[in-house]
Amino acid sequence: MTTMQRLLQLPVNAVNIVKTVQSQVQGHEEDKSPVLSPDSGQQTWYSALQPDELRHLRSGGTGGGGGGGGGGGGGGDQEERGSQEDGGGGGSFQSQPLRHDDLKEMLDSNKDSLKLEAMKRIVAMIARGKNASDLFPAVVKNVACKNIEVKKLVYVYLVRYAEEQQDLALLSISTFQRGLKDPNQLIRASALRVLSSIRVTIIVPIMMLAIKEAASDMSPYVRKTAAHAIPKLYSLDPEQKDQLIEVIEKLLADKTTLVAGSVVMAFEEVCPERIDLIHKNYRKLCNLLIDVEEWGQVVIINMLTRYARTQFLNPNINESLLEEGGGADKTFYGSDEDEDEDEEEKEKKAEAAAMAKRKPYVMDPDHRLLLRNTKPLLQSRNAAVVMAVAQLYFHLAPKAEVGVIAKALVRLLRSHSEVQYVVLQNVATMTIKRRGMFEPYLKSFYIRSTDPTQIKILKLEVLTNLANETNISTILREFQTYIKSMDKDFVAATIQAIGRCATNIGEVRDTCLNGLVQLLSNRDELVVAESVVVIKKLLQMQPEKHSDIIKHMAKLTDNIQVPMARASILWLIGEYCEHVPKIAPDVLRKMAKSFTNEEDIVKLQILNLAAKLYLTNSKQTKLLTQYVLNLAKYDQNYDIRDRARFIRQLIVPTEKSGALSKYAKKLFLALKPAPVLESPFKDRDHFQLGSLSHLLNAKAGGYQELPDWPESAPDPSVRNVEVPEWTKCSSREKRKEKKVEKPFYSDSEGESGPTESADSESDSASGSESGSEGSGSASESEESGGVSVSEEEEEEEEEEKKTKKRELKKAVQESESEQSSEEEDRKHERKMKQQKSDSESESDEEEESESESSQSESDDSESEAEVRKKKKAAESKPPSKPAKRETTKEKKEMSLLDLDDFEPAPSPQVTPVNNLFSNSLVTDLEGLSLSEAVLLPATITPSSALKSYELLHRITGEGLSVEYCFSRQPFSPDANMVAVQMQFTNSSASDTKSLHMEDVKLQSGMRVKEFPEIELLPAGETATAVMGIDFCDSTQAANFQLCTHTRKFFVSIQPPVGELMRPVFLTENEFKKEQGQLMGMNEITEKLTLDAKCRNEHAIVQRVTTAANLSRVPCGSDKECSPPVPPPEHPVHRFAGRTVTSGSLVLVTVATREEGAAQLTINCEKMVIGTMLVKDILLALTQ
Amino acid sequence: MINSLFLISHSGDIFLEKHWKSVISRSVCDYFLEAKEKAGDPENVAPVLQTPHHYLISIYRGKLFFLSVTQTEVPPLFVIEFLHRVADTFQDYFGDCSEVVIKENTVTVYELLEEMLDNGFPLATESNVLKEMIRPPTILRSVVNTLTGGSNVGGTLPTGQLSNVPWRRAGVKYTNNEAYFDVIEEIDAILDKSGTTVFAEIQGVVEACVKLTGMPDLTLSFMNPRLLDDVSFHPCVRFKRWESERVLSFIPPDGNFRLMSYHVSSQNLVAIPVYVKQNISFLETGSCGRLDITIGPKQTMGKSVENLTVTIPMPKSVLSVNLTATQGTYTFDLTTKVVLWDVGKLNPQKLPNLRGSISIQTGSPKPEENPSINIGLQIQQLAISAGLKVSRLDMYGEKYKPFKGVKYVTKAGKFQVRT
Repeated sequence: MTTMQRLLQLPVNAVNIVKTVQSQVQGHEEDKSPVLSPDSGQQTWYSALQPDELRHLRSGGTGGGGGGGGGGGGGGDQEERGSQEDGGGGGSFQSQPLRHDDLKEMLDSNKDSLKLEAMKRIVAMIARGKNASDLFPAVVKNVACKNIEVKKLVYVYLVRYAEEQQDLALLSISTFQRGLKDPNQLIRASALRVLSSIRVTIIVPIMMLAIKEAASDMSPYVRKTAAHAIPKLYSLDPEQKDQLIEVIEKLLADKTTLVAGSVVMAFEEVCPERIDLIHKNYRKLCNLLIDVEEWGQVVIINMLTRYARTQFLNPNINESLLEEGGGADKTFYGSDEDEDEDEEEKEKKAEAAAMAKRKPYVMDPDHRLLLRNTKPLLQSRNAAVVMAVAQLYFHLAPKAEVGVIAKALVRLLRSHSEVQYVVLQNVATMTIKRRGMFEPYLKSFYIRSTDPTQIKILKLEVLTNLANETNISTILREFQTYIKSMDKDFVAATIQAIGRCATNIGEVRDTCLNGLVQLLSNRDELVVAESVVVIKKLLQMQPEKHSDIIKHMAKLTDNIQVPMARASILWLIGEYCEHVPKIAPDVLRKMAKSFTNEEDIVKLQILNLAAKLYLTNSKQTKLLTQYVLNLAKYDQNYDIRDRARFIRQLIVPTEKSGALSKYAKKLFLALKPAPVLESPFKDRDHFQLGSLSHLLNAKAGGYQELPDWPESAPDPSVRNVEVPEWTKCSSREKRKEKKVEKPFYSDSEGESGPTESADSESDSASGSESGSEGSGSASESEESGGVSVSEEEEEEEEEEKKTKKRELKKAVQESESEQSSEEEDRKHERKMKQQKSDSESESDEEEESESESSQSESDDSESEAEVRKKKKAAESKPPSKPAKRETTKEKKEMSLLDLDDFEPAPSPQVTPVNNLFSNSLVTDLEGLSLSEAVLLPATITPSSALKSYELLHRITGEGLSVEYCFSRQPFSPDANMVAVQMQFTNSSASDTKSLHMEDVKLQSGMRVKEFPEIELLPAGETATAVMGIDFCDSTQAANFQLCTHTRKFFVSIQPPVGELMRPVFLTENEFKKEQGQLMGMNEITEKLTLDAKCRNEHAIVQRVTTAANLSRVPCGSDKECSPPVPPPEHPVHRFAGRTVTSGSLVLVTVATREEGAAQLTINCEKMVIGTMLVKDILLALTQ
Repeated sequence: MINSLFLISHSGDIFLEKHWKSVISRSVCDYFLEAKEKAGDPENVAPVLQTPHHYLISIYRGKLFFLSVTQTEVPPLFVIEFLHRVADTFQDYFGDCSEVVIKENTVTVYELLEEMLDNGFPLATESNVLKEMIRPPTILRSVVNTLTGGSNVGGTLPTGQLSNVPWRRAGVKYTNNEAYFDVIEEIDAILDKSGTTVFAEIQGVVEACVKLTGMPDLTLSFMNPRLLDDVSFHPCVRFKRWESERVLSFIPPDGNFRLMSYHVSSQNLVAIPVYVKQNISFLETGSCGRLDITIGPKQTMGKSVENLTVTIPMPKSVLSVNLTATQGTYTFDLTTKVVLWDVGKLNPQKLPNLRGSISIQTGSPKPEENPSINIGLQIQQLAISAGLKVSRLDMYGEKYKPFKGVKYVTKAGKFQVRT
């Protein structure tokens, strides 16, 4: 074929030559051949695309050759040549009909393969942004083509050009209308998609009708498409809004996850202000959320954030109260800086606190529902979803709970640099409001030299925001390495960051200043200039102390050329000329000399300096000032001339000079407030985080303002849903699941408090609702375990009877009326369900859902009903479990074998797993004789529960591993120290000699009594030693080096707060007396739900004493004489201790209530200890 | 949401455009090209730009810019994440995501984009769903299609689109049923001059390749999941099960996918597998410098370190380097000024060393900062987090017995030594 082409090419060229000649004859216009006019625009456009085009045409031509014979192949080529010529000549429109003739021909042919080829070429043209609009009539004819790929490509074409050729586009409408009725849901959906994408105003009514019909289609996919079509129609004709809202309302009620995301999207684009439409769907959306596709999740979460802001109360409303009481969060995070929040805010808070005092804040259960259901999404792989949840928590969650988002956001920093960029922007804003949240992740923001500059600068911003007294030294050390970077923009930003740290943290101001002064001798001028500017700002805060720095800077004027830096130095000298009386006039002298060559901003500062000197030291500088003013008088810049004139009038007394000159000194030498260096991200959080507007710090089009919290909560009952009867579930399987889910209902009820009773009153049908909601979520969100909300628990049984009736009814309904779309929907779901359960093994599914439900129960079980349920579950579980375990055991062995088959046998001493195994083996062997006793839970011996911590892992320690535990024995050499028992194990092959510690680094006040040196630790041996540490009642770590004869290891011991105390013996009366003296600020109370395994006395005592080194106060000691008194129904457990260093009393009370509820009270003079202890004990009791 | 998408080559050539709403002239890209010009390095172009009437959100992948245009408020991450998903899809379909490949497959690309977005809102982004609608091009298929006139476009709605498991298509069949899991751990670290660790952490992923018939329901459990500090999952993983039992229970997508990524809790000390002894100095006088780098094993737990590479971005004023490597080869890129030393396998008996001189442009001052050294390495059959191990994999819902395999690899992530 190729040879044939080559053969054919010759005549073609000949034809071209003829053509050119002809055109030359014909007229001037057309005689520009492409070769002759390489500079014409059309030509370049052409040549860029030519090769591709040629290839297509060639292949097309050869393809066509089959139909039209050998001549056809040549014809294609000829066309191409010819058109190229014309393209070079006149306008492109002349050329295109010619060039596209072959395409038209192919489109008109009755071969699908030809049509497809033609369409492919046309689409390729569109993709490259070339105009193919003249082919419209030829293409549109193929809209009804049978070949689905051709059809799709025709759709692509149509959507692109319909707007330009409205009349012709109408030809295709009837095809789509037919398509809307097609039995294939894909065809229905794509017909609707294209119909709604054709932006032709005339068909608005048709589109409206189609959308309405599709909104009640039985296929959820078509309904989804309908939801997508809504914003399209709205943008075409906003007058349809009211009708569209009706459709949205209808689709919002849809119960499939497929539709949810799309319809909320439509809602956001069409009627974001109609928040009332959400009420009825709120709970459903919350429950569906986890199963919605990722993109829908983002949209729904963002919308729900706004919704929650209008409907619920601020959960942090009584935050200030809490802070006064215990300072819980603050001390925990150690962010004392929080205190300098705005005065205004404080006032507001005080007000709010006063309000809160009157009416304690109870979180609306719906608010809780939202927080609980979004939290798992922090684990999404999609960065946008994670960000959406993060912003939701930031804007809506109680302060104590916001912390969970930090980890997820830090994770995103591993992602693509664009993602990092956006996340860092948001983190920067968050760190200003809630620094404590990100402090533990400080190091994740350290900068690598390979980061792009924009990322570096954002990380720097975050680091600066995170800086406080405790971490500033590490941060500054880090900054020091940054200053040496090759990236000068980044260095400049670092210097600014140092400046900001210095202004914010008084302690390091001098250090920073010294560091910056050292930078003044840097070789890079940009660095010097930036430091000068920053030093200027810092000096303004306390100029008296630093006249020598000012002197140093004065010297720099000789070398430094950057205008901004020169100006800054001059300003400094002028402002503080009194501190450098000798140097200032000299600087002015030099400046006067170089005045004419300076930049404008420097000139202005020279004038200022001159004026100030004239006012303070006119003797020496009078002439100089005159000279400078004269120079400025004839300057080219009018600003400078103006300034000179103005200054002369002010400072040089003449007869004419006005009253102002008297005040010249006051004008020039007024005290100027020090500049405030603050983050550019301050107050950005009034924009919804994660939004485009937040990123740009400007309102983007269509941005929905995040409303302020309402003063008082709107009626929560609007969210109760009334559901028609037919949605009741019927299948046995679903019923079973519903039962399993029961606890969820009661759970939410328990939390609901006052709001809930209103619900049930206002809504008599809520009983049926509970059922249907349950079924809805059960079928849709199985994997999530379907957390669902309901109100009436008591009616449950009655309802089951009803359901049975309905079941019958439903069966009838089903058989006769398949029309009802919702019915269809339901059916479809069931089908899916069946499919699913077929594929999954039945027993597994059940097992799973059961365990899931019990899990979520223990999460926060408060109500009675739930506990009852739980017991039931526990009873029903045992028989099924052992059987399963057996089977799994079998399987386990087999699968392990398989796995091991796959990988080569690992060498034993290095594999971590083996390591673990052997460890556990050792402990097993040790405990062998005792194993019986260990299993008995009754023995309450806190010493047995000593928890050991790892000090040095054997891998890091190169064979030496060290564990330590707090032995809780009094440390004999010094009673104020905590005894730490260390166990050294030498698992390496060689002996370890002279084990000792060195280089102890401690916080001020802390002391350490080192353990005696261990001379020799033979290979495979274990040794123990005891050391004492006085932690000063703080949980700061003690850092030191562990040295062997060969190596040194940096290690640190950080005590849990519970180890900072020793037990004391008190009687109950003494306890109560002491407690009475530690009220108010010193008392912290927390409500909790005891863990299921921790409801008896033994368990509670054991857990508390494990968590903290306390002794139990014997209860009932006041009724000693009558021992057989039955134990009280709700016993109160008391524990007492004193802190090791200061000996402050620590009193712990655990008062149990019904069904696992309990109240924990801690009285301690040291509030920090108290708050931390509360956390630890709470954890111990609830897990 | 997303109005238009432009694909722009590294050099600034706009070679593909797609509009989902009214056509936006490609002249809007001029703002972007201007910003790109200004930024110099393509990595430094701000991902979000504001123009008078539009917002431009872009990503840079494989020497290509994906530039999307939007007119109204939209979460920037939403768009960025979507664009990356588009790039991933191209990668998945064509094996590469470059200008040449996209130009070659313009029509398929166009069809894909058409399916992925509707009116600017993501429609189908799961590759399994897409592959049912538009089949990836293979040589065999294109030959068959030209002969039979068949098409690459599916005619029925993909089953995944409607089910609760959109990531898996129905009716998957394999003769060999296999499930492979790769546990890949990466060490991110910054070491300072003296070799002390400034910052180190371990990030891991579990990549899976599952080729199983039907609708298997898998359960994967770990030896000690407590090590995992922070996790993120493929949507198929049942989060509740993880919360309660710390096992991964899921119906897997068909083919390759990332099952989970995790972060190892920071309490555990991170073992640093290699140490670097370096001495890079620039002489005060004259225009040259000296470089001497030795790498040795530190905590490798008995495994050998492979694929060792060292990347050193030199200061811009460096003209050339004259080095000798005792092992492996080195290259110096004159335009980017990067020294790349490909060491290969680390031999503990004979430590690899790279030394020699660096010459600097005459007249330019001595560079202040010594360049940082970036290390790349790989250790087979080891998960450096010391203990994370897959203990078992169970399958429910299907009768056959699949072949199961787990592989562990440790790599250096962002592993940087400051000098």
